[in-house]
Formats: sequence, structure tokens, C-alpha cells
Amino acid sequence: MHVHFLLFALYRDLAGTEELQLELPTGASAADAVRALRAQGGGFARIPAEPVVAVNREYTSLDTILAAGDELALLPPVAGG
Amino acid sequence: MRVAEITRAPLDPAAILARAGSPEDGAVILFVGTVRRSNAGRTVTGMRYDAYEAMAAAVLQTIVDEASQRWGLQHVVAVHRVGELVLGEASVATAVSAPHREEAYQASRYLIEQVKQRLPVWKQEHYEQGEPRWLEGVEPARDR
Repeated sequence: MHVHFLLFALYRDLAGTEELQLELPTGASAADAVRALRAQGGGFARIPAEPVVAVNREYTSLDTILAAGDELALLPPVAGG
Repeated sequence: MRVAEITRAPLDPAAILARAGSPEDGAVILFVGTVRRSNAGRTVTGMRYDAYEAMAAAVLQTIVDEASQRWGLQHVVAVHRVGELVLGEASVATAVSAPHREEAYQASRYLIEQVKQRLPVWKQEHYEQGEPRWLEGVEPARDR
């Protein structure tokens, strides 16, 4: 299944891109997706192994099981205000 | 009026203040956060704010609704700027009104503290000397 990744701020700078798609096995969790992303190597490998994630614009845990077409955002610690 | 906005346009605190207040309310509080010159001993020339805009708009609306419900307020406004800001520019502004000052102060404080805890926004400082740097943030709760 296709999962749509979004990267922000420091993670975007490390990866050199703000979005990409990866093909993942059905039943993959957000943690599996992060592992697959980091396995792309280069700057992707410098993204933390357990980042804060949001699925379809809501904070969630890395245990969350993904569905095809989900939007998975990797969020550095937030610094608004 | 309950308002939550993420915007690229410069903030107008007077206009934001004007969206709160009513004849039933005896207290109105405007909070404005601005870009300051000095941070951790370095001279700042400007700040870049990035956001996960679609999510930030939803999270900010949730925070506004929480403040409104918790203190029973009619008027709660929160606006966060994104993009490139220069020194002194407003990055965030909130306005609340309440019958009495106690609820107004509490709700105002709640808004800015929750923004800093939960809003998916990041800031990168630019300095007189040296490379820009993403500021360290706080990790939001993962199951909210």
C-alpha cells in the first residue's frame, strides 16, 4: 500500500525533501513506516528512530496501524509562539 | 466569536483585539508574542516560522474551543503567523473576553501555553553571524 510521508522543519532539511511516497506491506504500523523511511539512507537515516508522528493530521502513537493512502507526518518537537 | 487562524499575512493586534469583547464582558485581554533580538546570547536578525498548516489550523481551533468551554467564554481568538518575520514583528496573537478578569487571564494564559505545547509549528532563528538554527521545541503528547 502507498503511504504519503510529510516532513517538516529540521527533518525536512535532513531528508532534503518535504514529501514522498513509499510502498509498505499491508498492516504496517507508523513505526514500520519510519523504519522504512530511515532505511532509504542518507539524510533519511538521520531522522530520529522514534519521532512524534501524526496520521491524517492527528497526533498518534507509533503503534498506529496505517491504511493505504494515509498521510503520515514526522514532526520535530514543536516550537510555536 | 471563536477564531483560529494560521496566516502568512502580518498580524494586526488591534484588529484581533476588536474581535473579542462584548457588553456582557468586563475584561478583555490581548496577548502578542513578538520576535526578539537576543536569544541564548546570540543576536537575532529574524525568524522563519514553518507549520504543518492544515493540522495547525485544526489544533488551534481545538485549543480555542477548549478555552471557550472551560471558562464559558463567548469570545476567544487565536492567530499564528508563518513565514519570514523580522525583529519586533508579531508571531502570535490571542484575544479573550470574559465577564471578570480572573477567567480572562486564565484563558489567555491557557491559549499561549497550549500553542507552545501542541501547535505543529517550528521556528528557525537567523543571526547576525553564523548559520540559521531550528530552535529546540517540546514534544507534544502522542495520544491526544
